[in-house]
Amino acid sequence: MQYLQQALFVLMAISAIYLFAKKVGEIRRNIFLGKSLDLSDNTAIRWKNVLLLAMGQKKMFKNIPVALMHFIIYAGFIIINIEVLEIVLDGILGTHRLFLPLLSKVYNWLINIFEILALGVLVVCVIFLARRNWLKLKRFISKDLNGWPKTDANFILITEIILMSLFLVMNATDQLLQQNGAAHYSSTGSFIVSSSLMPLFEGLSTSTLIGIERTAWWIHIGGIFAFLNYLPYSKHLHIALAFPNAYYAKLDSIGKMKNMPEVQNEVLYAMQPELAPANAAPPASFGAKDVFDLSWKNLLDAYSCTECGRCTDECPANITGKLLSPRKIMMATRDRLEEVGKNINQNQSFIQDNKSLLHDYISVEELRACTTCNACVEACPVSISPLDIIVELRRSLIMEESNAPQEWNSTFSNIENNFAPWKFSPDDRDNWVSEMA
Amino acid sequence: MKINTMAEMIANGETPEILFWVGCAGSFDLRAQKITKAFATILTKVGVKFAILGKEEACTGDPARRAGNEFLFQMMAYQNIQVLNGYNIKKIVTTCPHCFNTLKNEYPELGGTYEVIHHTTLLQELINEGKIIMKEGGSFKGKKISYHDSCYLGRANDIYEAPRKVLEALDAELIEMKRCRTNGLCCGAGGAQMFKEDEPGTSRINMDRADEALETGAKFIAAACPFCNTMMSDGVKNREKENEVAVLDIAEMIAESMV
Repeated sequence: MQYLQQALFVLMAISAIYLFAKKVGEIRRNIFLGKSLDLSDNTAIRWKNVLLLAMGQKKMFKNIPVALMHFIIYAGFIIINIEVLEIVLDGILGTHRLFLPLLSKVYNWLINIFEILALGVLVVCVIFLARRNWLKLKRFISKDLNGWPKTDANFILITEIILMSLFLVMNATDQLLQQNGAAHYSSTGSFIVSSSLMPLFEGLSTSTLIGIERTAWWIHIGGIFAFLNYLPYSKHLHIALAFPNAYYAKLDSIGKMKNMPEVQNEVLYAMQPELAPANAAPPASFGAKDVFDLSWKNLLDAYSCTECGRCTDECPANITGKLLSPRKIMMATRDRLEEVGKNINQNQSFIQDNKSLLHDYISVEELRACTTCNACVEACPVSISPLDIIVELRRSLIMEESNAPQEWNSTFSNIENNFAPWKFSPDDRDNWVSEMA
Repeated sequence: MKINTMAEMIANGETPEILFWVGCAGSFDLRAQKITKAFATILTKVGVKFAILGKEEACTGDPARRAGNEFLFQMMAYQNIQVLNGYNIKKIVTTCPHCFNTLKNEYPELGGTYEVIHHTTLLQELINEGKIIMKEGGSFKGKKISYHDSCYLGRANDIYEAPRKVLEALDAELIEMKRCRTNGLCCGAGGAQMFKEDEPGTSRINMDRADEALETGAKFIAAACPFCNTMMSDGVKNREKENEVAVLDIAEMIAESMV
C-alpha cells in the first residue's frame, strides 16, 4: 500500500513537471517567433532593475496598502515553497515530516513562519477577492475582463485560499494525531495558527483524523501540481515572467522611439545614391501587422501581463471614453500569439489563417486614439510597453496600408512640402523676428 | 531687438553659445509665437549669445514618427541633421518638449549628437547663476499657479523639478493637480493627435485636464509646451473661464517678472 502511494506520487510529480515543461517550451518558442532584438547590454543595470522592479515591486508601491498586501502574497508564495520541498520528498520517500528529526527545534519555528505567511496569504486573497468582485473598481469591472479573464482572476485567488486552508487543516489534524499518539505522527510542538483549528476536529477517531490529514495532504500537493500547470494558461504567469521582463526592460529614455534602420537607410540612399550598395534589397515590410513582426520583447510583454489594468486606468484616451485600452492591447497580443502557437502545434509550422493582430484583434480606431503620452508604460509594475506595440501597428497602417485619417495626410504633406505640420510658407518661419520690440 | 540666424552669425565670423530651436508651433502659431518672443527677450536681456536657424529650420518629424510615418520622420531628421552638423552646432535649447525629445533622444542614433536642453532647464540655470533677477513684487507674487506636466518633458525625459523651481522663483504659490509628475494627465495633443479630430469618446482629454487644473483654484495654469498651452487654453475657454484663469508658458511668466 505504501509503495503504491509512493509510485502514484512519483507518477503525479513526473507528469506535472513534464506537462509544465512542455508548455513552457511552447511559450518560449512562441516568444521567439518575434523579431530579434539585442538586449544583452548593461547587465549591471538590468540586474538592478530585477532587484528593484521585480523583487522589490517598486512600481506597486505607488499605492502602499495594496503593495503591502500584494507583497504578502508574493513573499508568502515563495517562502512557503520551501515547505513544498519537504512535502515532495515525503511523497517520494514515503516518509512523514522528513525534516523534523534533522532540524528538531528549528523545525517548529520554521513551520510557524510558514503558517503565519499562509494565514497572511489567505487573508489577503479574501480581501482581493472582495475588492475585485464587490468594490466596483473601474479597472476590475472593465469590459476588457468580460468572460474568461474575470474567471481566471477569481480562480487564482480561490485556489490560493484553498491551498492555504488545506495546509493549515493538514497541520491541525497532524497535531491532534500527535496527541492521540498515532504511529508516524512524531511530536512537532504546537503550531501557532493551525492549533486554533484543532477544536474543529476534536473528538474524531484516529482513523478519521488520518483520513482528513492524508486527504488534505494529497489535495494540497495535487493542487500545487495542478496550479503549476494552470499557470502558463493564466494571467498568473506574471509571477515568473515579471523577472525576465524587468531584466529586459527598456533602459533608454522612455521618450525615445525605436529607430527603423531599414527606413533610415532607404532615405539615406535616396539622398546620397552613391552610398547605396549595388544590390540592396528593399525591406520586406514596415511596422507590425502580426505578432511575427513584433520583437520578442513585445511578445514577452504579452505573456508577462497580469491584466491588472493600471495602464488603462492612466490612459488619457481610455479615461475620456475612447476605445483604446492598453491592457486590451496586451491581452489581444497574447491571444493572437496563443492562436498562432496552436496553429503551429497542429501543423508543425505556421499555416496562413488569414488573420492578423492588426484589424482582427486590434482595430484602427483603438490605435488612432493613442497620444503616445507613456502613462501606460509608467504605470506598468512589470515593465511592459503597450506603446511599443501601438506604434509598431501604426507604422504598418501608415507605411503598408497608407491608412491614415485625411487630416494626417494633410499634416504629412505639409511637413514634407512646407517643413511644418501646418500649411504655412517656410519663408514665413522667422516672420516673428521682425515683430520683436 | 536683433535676432541673428546661424547664417548671419557665421557671415559675421561669430559663433553663438547656443542655438535656439524655435519649432513649428513657436514659429507659426500666433499663441506660441508669444512664447518664442518672451524666451528670445529673456535670452537677449541676460546676454546669452544665441542664434536661430530661421528659414533653415524644419519640423523635427516628431508628429510624423508618432503617427507611424517613419519615412517622413527620417527625411526630416536627415535634412535637419545636415543643417545642424553643417553649422557645427554643439548646444541647442528649445521651448517645445517634442522637439526637445526628438533632438535629444532620437537624433543621436541618426548622426546628430548635440547637448540639448529644454528652456525651463536653461531658465532655472540662469536664475541659479543670478543672471535672471526678479522684480520686487512681480505680478505673480503670492498668486496661485498650477503647473501642468508635459508628457515629453516629464515622463519621457524625467524633467519635473526645473519648471517648478523656476515657478518658485516667482514667489508664487504652487498648487499641484491631483494627477501630477509621473502620474500627470496628458493634454491630448501628443502622438499627432494635435493634427486630427478625436476618436469617438465621452469627453475630450484637454477638457478633462483643464477641469483638473481649474479645480485647484489657481489663477494661472503654467505650461512648458506650446501644444499643452493650446490644449489647456481651449479647455479653459470651454468652461468660459478665460477671463479669470490664464494659461501661460513659464518663459512668459519670467519675461514679465524679471528686471
